[in-house]
This record gives sequence, C-alpha cells and structure tokens, in this order.
Amino acid sequence: MSAGARDSRGTGIGVSVTRLEDRPLVTGRGQFAGDISFTRQLHMRIVRSANAHGLLKNIDVAEAKAVRGVVAVWTASDVADLPPIDFREGPNEKLAPFRQPVLARDRVRYVGEPIAAVFATDPYIAEDAADLVAVEIEELPVIVDAAAPVAEFPGGLTTEATICRQGYGDVDAVFRNAAHIVEIDVAIGRHSGVPLETRGAIGRYDAARDVLELHGAAKVPHRNRESLARMFGRSTAAVHCYEGQVGGGFGIRGEIYPEDILVLLAAMRLGRPVKWLEDRREHMIAANHSRQQRHMIRAAVDAEGRLLGIDDRFFHDQGGYIRTHGTRVAETACGILPGPYRLPNFRVQCHFRLTNKTPAATYRAPGRYETNFVRERLMDAIAKTLGLSRIEVRRRNLLQPADMPHERPLTALGDEVVLDSGDYPGLLNKALTRCAWDKLEREVKARREKGELIGLGLAMYVEKSGLGPTDGVHIHVHDSGDVEVITGGASVGQGFETVIAQVCADKLGVDYRRVRVVHGQTDRIEYGIGAHATRATVMTANATAVAAEKVRAKALDMASQLVQTEPSRLSIIDGHVVRAEAPDAPLMTLGEIASNLRPTSKTRGDREPGLAADGWFNTAHMTYPYGVQIALVTIDRGTGGVNIEKMLIAFDVGRAINPVLVRGQIVGGFAQGLGGALFEEFQYDERGQPLSVTFADYLMPTAHEIPKVDVLITEDAPSATNPLGIKGAGEGGIAGVGAAIASAVDDALGDIATVTALPIKPQWLKAVIDAHAAASA
Amino acid sequence: MDKIDIVLEINGAVHEATVEPRRTLADVIRDDCGLTGTHIGCEHGVCGACTVLVDGAPVRSCLMFAVQAEHKKIRTVEGLQQGAALHPLQEAFIEHHALQCGFCTPGFLMLAVGLLEQKPHPGDDELLDVLSSNLCRCTGYENILTAVKAAAARMSVGK
Repeated sequence: MSAGARDSRGTGIGVSVTRLEDRPLVTGRGQFAGDISFTRQLHMRIVRSANAHGLLKNIDVAEAKAVRGVVAVWTASDVADLPPIDFREGPNEKLAPFRQPVLARDRVRYVGEPIAAVFATDPYIAEDAADLVAVEIEELPVIVDAAAPVAEFPGGLTTEATICRQGYGDVDAVFRNAAHIVEIDVAIGRHSGVPLETRGAIGRYDAARDVLELHGAAKVPHRNRESLARMFGRSTAAVHCYEGQVGGGFGIRGEIYPEDILVLLAAMRLGRPVKWLEDRREHMIAANHSRQQRHMIRAAVDAEGRLLGIDDRFFHDQGGYIRTHGTRVAETACGILPGPYRLPNFRVQCHFRLTNKTPAATYRAPGRYETNFVRERLMDAIAKTLGLSRIEVRRRNLLQPADMPHERPLTALGDEVVLDSGDYPGLLNKALTRCAWDKLEREVKARREKGELIGLGLAMYVEKSGLGPTDGVHIHVHDSGDVEVITGGASVGQGFETVIAQVCADKLGVDYRRVRVVHGQTDRIEYGIGAHATRATVMTANATAVAAEKVRAKALDMASQLVQTEPSRLSIIDGHVVRAEAPDAPLMTLGEIASNLRPTSKTRGDREPGLAADGWFNTAHMTYPYGVQIALVTIDRGTGGVNIEKMLIAFDVGRAINPVLVRGQIVGGFAQGLGGALFEEFQYDERGQPLSVTFADYLMPTAHEIPKVDVLITEDAPSATNPLGIKGAGEGGIAGVGAAIASAVDDALGDIATVTALPIKPQWLKAVIDAHAAASA
Repeated sequence: MDKIDIVLEINGAVHEATVEPRRTLADVIRDDCGLTGTHIGCEHGVCGACTVLVDGAPVRSCLMFAVQAEHKKIRTVEGLQQGAALHPLQEAFIEHHALQCGFCTPGFLMLAVGLLEQKPHPGDDELLDVLSSNLCRCTGYENILTAVKAAAARMSVGK
C-alpha cells in the first residue's frame, strides 16, 4: 500500500455493504410519522369537499363542536390570516392566483379539498366529529379534460394558468421541406407515487424556546423550513423540521400541504402538540397526483429517418390548484423531451391547464416517464413509416460520444441542459447483446406464426440527476472514534445513510459502521436541499468527500506532531493512524487524535479545536445518466392480460457507490413504472368524482405482476461534473418503463391496434383484440 | 361510546387496555400498547403492512377489533428478535436488501414467519402466492422473495 492510500476495511466506494438503516427497520423500532407522539397531543381530522367544483354556501360546525373531546373546529375564516401555500422556489407573481388556500374559501375545486379542520383529544373522536360538519355546496360544471377549450373558474380565473414554451432552430422551415412528417397523439394517465406510509405531520410549539417544530418532515426539510418561516412570519431560527423514518418518498411525500400548515398553526393557537395522520382514502384524493398529459407531437425526418425537427404541443392536467412545484414538471418535460437523439430543431409548448381534480406535482422521474413514452412512441412511428427497424432508426439518430458534452438551448428544473457524458450507442449495443435481441426477434417471429400475441419492445432515454448548485456537510470525529456526518440531505428509504457513510469511510479511512449520518434535522445544520431530483448521492456524497479529505488532513497533521513523523509518511487505516511502511502497526486511533484536538488540549497548539471540518460541493449543471430498456411480452387473447417474459434494464450511473443498492433502486423503480404502464390510474367520472380511492380500485403491482428483471449497471461514462464521477440512480429504473412496455405491447398487437395511451389496461386490449377478430371473421 | 377493559397477550407479555369495542387491533397494539412496529398502510385489508400473527396465523390487524383478540396469542415484529440475536428472516432481509423505506417490512416479516412456521419448505409458486398478499412500493419484491427463500433454508438447517 502506497503512502496516502486509505482503507475502510473494504466498506468504501464501490462495495455492496449491507445498509446501516436496516436494523431498526426490521426490528420495528423505526420512527415513522405515526410513531411520533407527544404528551397531551391533539388529533386533527380534515373535512373534505365531496364535490369536484362548487360554491361554498354554508359550513355548520355547531354539532361537531359539541362532541365531547372536541377542542376546536376551524374553517377558512379561522385561518384568514394565512397566505395560500407558496412555491418552493419562492414567490411567483404570475402563478400566485392559482395557489391553494389552506382551507377552502368561498369555493371548492376538487373532491378532497380541505374545507374544515377538527381538533380533538382522540383520533376516533376527531373523525366522528368531522362527519358532523355540515357542508352546503352549490355545484358548478366541472372540467375533467385538460385538452378541453380554455374556460374560466369563478372569480375570473382562467383554466390555462400558463403556457410553457421552449425550443430552438427553425421548426417551420424543416417541416416545410422534410421528406416525411410523422405525427402522433398520445396520452399518459394520472397516477402517482402512493407510498405505503401515508402522509403524517405533528406540529409542536415549544414556548420555552419559542420554536415551532414540524415532526414527520421528509424530502426537503430545510427548504420547507424556509417556506414555513415565510408563511408564519417567523425567523428561520424559530422554525425547525425533523425527519424521522420516511415510508417512501417518490416525489409526493414531504412537500408542504395544507395539513402541515394546520397542525403548526393549531399547535401555536391551542397550546398543545397536534398530530395528523392521513388515511388511505384521503391519500388517494388529497396528496399530489402526477403524470397526466396529452401530447400532439410530430417529427420532420429526412429520407433516411434522421430527425430534422420535432414540434410538440401538449396539455398538462394540473388539477385544481398549483402546488409547491409550480410548473416544474411541465418545464422539465419540455427540456428533457429530445432524449438521447440529435435534434437540430425543436419547438414545444405546454398548455398548463387547471381541471377539477386533485392537484398534480412530481412523481419519481417527473416529466421523463411522460416524455420518454411520447418520444419513443414517436421513434417507433418513424420506424414504421419509413420501414426501418426500431433499432436502426435509433442508431441513425443517437448522439455519439464525440458529441459530449452536448449543450441544448433548453432548461430542465431551471438548469441549462448540458448532457455531460455518455456513450449512447455503446449502451444500446451492450443491451442488445445482453438480451440476444436478434435471437429474441427470431423467436418472436416463430411464436407469432403459431398464433401467439407476442412482442418485443425497447426504449432509450436520458435521465437527469444531481441538481445543484451547492451542498455542504459537517463532519465531526468524536473522542470515541465515531464519525458524525451532518447533512441537510434527506432519506426517503433509498439508502442515503449507507451511501454517505461509505463515501466518508472511503475518504477518511474508517469502517463505514463507525459513521453516523445525521440528516433531515434543521437544528443540526443550517443549509440543505434534501432528497429530490436524484440529487442526494451526487451532491451530498461529493460534499462529504470534500469534508472527509479535510478531516483526514487535519488528523494526519495532528498525528505527525504526536508521533514525530512527516504527515506524508502516515496513513489512516480502519480508524487508526499508521506509518505507511507499517500499515499493520496502529499508532493511535482517530478518537485519540480528536482528544488531542479538544479546545482544552495542551497538544492542540494553534490548530482550530475539534477533529472536524465543513465540506462544500458546487456544480454548474446537472449530470445525465442514460438507459436502455427492453421488454418481451405476450398478451392473453382471452383476458387482455399482459405477461412480461423478459425485462432488461441497462443503465449507466457513471460510478456506483453501492451496486446492490443501485440495483435495488432500478428494480424498485421498474415495479412502479410497470404500475403506471399497465395498472395504475386515478380515474374520474364525468362529475369529477374520483373512482380510484382504495387499493381495490387503484391497482399497484404485487409480487405476482413483477417479472425477474435483468439489470445491467454500467460505469462507462463517469460524470464530468463531479470528482466522484457519480450520476444518480434513483429514477433510472422507472423512467423508461412506460415507453418500453408500450413498444413491446404494440409489437405484439401488430396490425390489431396501436398503443397511444398509458396505462395499457386489459379492458382496452381485450376490446381491440375482440374487435379485430370480429372484423377478420 | 362505552369503553371496556381488555387483556391482550402480545409477544408473551400481558397488556391491559381500556378501549372502545370499535377500536382496531392495529390501533390498540400501536397506541395503547406502544408497539409501533406494526404499521398501518391502508386500513382496508389490502396492503398487509399491519400483518401480525394471531394464534400463529397471519392476520390483518386493521381488520380485526382488539376485543376479538382477547385470549389469543398475538405476535408482532418486536417479538422476533431474541435478545441481541435477530430472527433468521430479519437477518435475511438485511443480507439480501429486501427493504428500502422499511414501512412494509414488519408486515412482510410476520407474513413470512407465519408461513414458514406452518410450512418450512414452501414451493416457489406457493411462496409467490403468499407474498403477493402484501404490498411493497420500493423493492419490486424480487429481493423479498430471495430473502424469504434464504431464511427458509437457514431455518431448516438450524432445526
């Protein structure tokens, strides 16, 4: 081992160690929102609108208030001093009129909208009393189709909140002269993250310290703290958020919703902690929905199938209000749509429309699951029009390694799109070889000739990750030798603690089990941007590496004085300082060095007290992982059921810190993606009544529906934007599933029908198969 | 609503509680007995996060009233560990990365314990059938199946 090399006992970067998170979780000792309780806490229950659209004529709370154990019942007039819930990125004048009030005032715009809040000593009593709140609503006509003509909601509010536009080049010119124009009209259904843990929030006001506390926080505790401070007119020094275990994030959990504001306000006003837990029906109608869009997209291509331009016009079904994300999903959709292809001219406009449905926002791979489906449908359509194979049309259009970095005059998440690195044709070749595509094609042909409805499909896509611009951590080594990494990142169950501990272990020279990762506690570190947009590993891990290197340097500097040896001739192995030439003879522990650096230590000299350091990481742009998904499916003629015989996901992550966890992210994401491709949909009737309010009618995949997934993780194109070379893996599994499954089902259908919408439900498949059979008979 | 006194035996320990008859077993286990490892995911018997063993059989504790569980032996995730030693299923779940957020995990563990105690060597199809009665939103199930198979093998060697 050379001088300066470090050893974390094989628990550092690239090793699939088991997770630090797991022991409390398998023993039932986690602290999910529902598990957090405070003495004398009250319980909140929300009265929700049963109508999709209407004028609030009267709310009678007298009977509810009279129930023994009820402490207060609030309606809009009780919270008149609260502003509507603001956008995470700060005020936005244009979108401000579309924000959601904490409790409905004068009108309601979706079934599930909070109208009143009941506070009681017991959750059963709160629920009983909520049933006694009498709400009188004068119904108004509803809008359930975002592509319907623009209308007006009461108060003169247009249903077209904004139009997002992006693009470059001269689209009209290429469409005038193109050899072929291929046009499709495709739609993505309304579905969402639906974590197994419903939302929960516990508000507590600590009058002794004058601190307002939100427990059960998730995803973006630091950002939320700032929003809450703004809303309540308090200093950020007097508001804190505390993240416990989080039972699944997926984008929807951890945003600020009306209920979060209500428990905090009630905690202050009523002088007792207030706990709210969502039930499943509430979750299905009140937590963010996602995805629903309809794209009318066309491509201009030359005679060889090369893209000359894409022109897309789409309708984004936002639901009743614009929540914390503003228009981010639509903007990301616009910016990411071109995917891995060379696209000389591009124009996209999104009609961002309000409807009388649950408000929509992000769900894992927001804007990408949708546009990957749309763009890959378009590529398949181009192949069909020109009589090319689906592989060939992609090969002719893929960006090449020599094109990297590839700058597009587009933005996603407010960041200019610069594809930093990638070998897209290389990954396609690896994927085709891995699944033996040519052989599969022959098998499909043979089985089809025998009468089976069988098809092969593929999708290619570019993911995005590592949204910056800046993240910082603080590392402190205790006298015991235990290392604390304090970060404003967050854990939503993805293995964040383990991955950060591995990076720290690797850079410092300790076993990862000696590293405690503290996250999601706003009173432990001032700044943080949480876990969203597949940013946690990229940003926080790189900041951790910076801080760990500083701590290491400081430890070696102190050790060099203590053992009278040059720092360059010392190393740290498994938490012990050693001489480089004698790595098996530990000289002292990191804990002993920490003791020598205590403020009162006589050996410390002029050094700053504490074996500790801050580390900051800055990045100019996001980093872009990429993937290929290939599916082999059969369709049952009798039931319309789709069976997935083979599934391959090839994904380049630049560098995998823990390959087993990366694989876990990809397979788990795939399962969710399959739900959106075949099963899951928030359906509404023509009166705006939600039809998918239980797990009996919103169908999430079980173990039966998920095939064995072959995952190929590659590290061919390390990120050019960060020293560790990492690209995020959190959304790569889900992003291409709708696209790949649609391609395969379409192939299986042959001339029976074309897949133009997700989810591809058995009812539809059976109907088109039956109709085709009847027509051919 | 009038409350009544009940006595529950959970993981071998006696818990006394005064509850309304309508109170679910899941709520009493969590809020009255303080055993919050049993999670509530849907309250309509589909997701299985609240699965506990009642007289050895997996039960959705959100669909049972606490008063119905009197005089029965209830086991929850907190009872799996013996001192510092984890149950082979708990170890296998960690070993095979069979959990991510961990919210559904106690339910899957109790479901699998119930199965393997009654049938130490389930076939692959039967295992898939049983495990498909609970929902997981993170893992895609593959690692859960692997972990339960591994634990089954380990448990039969231990016997």
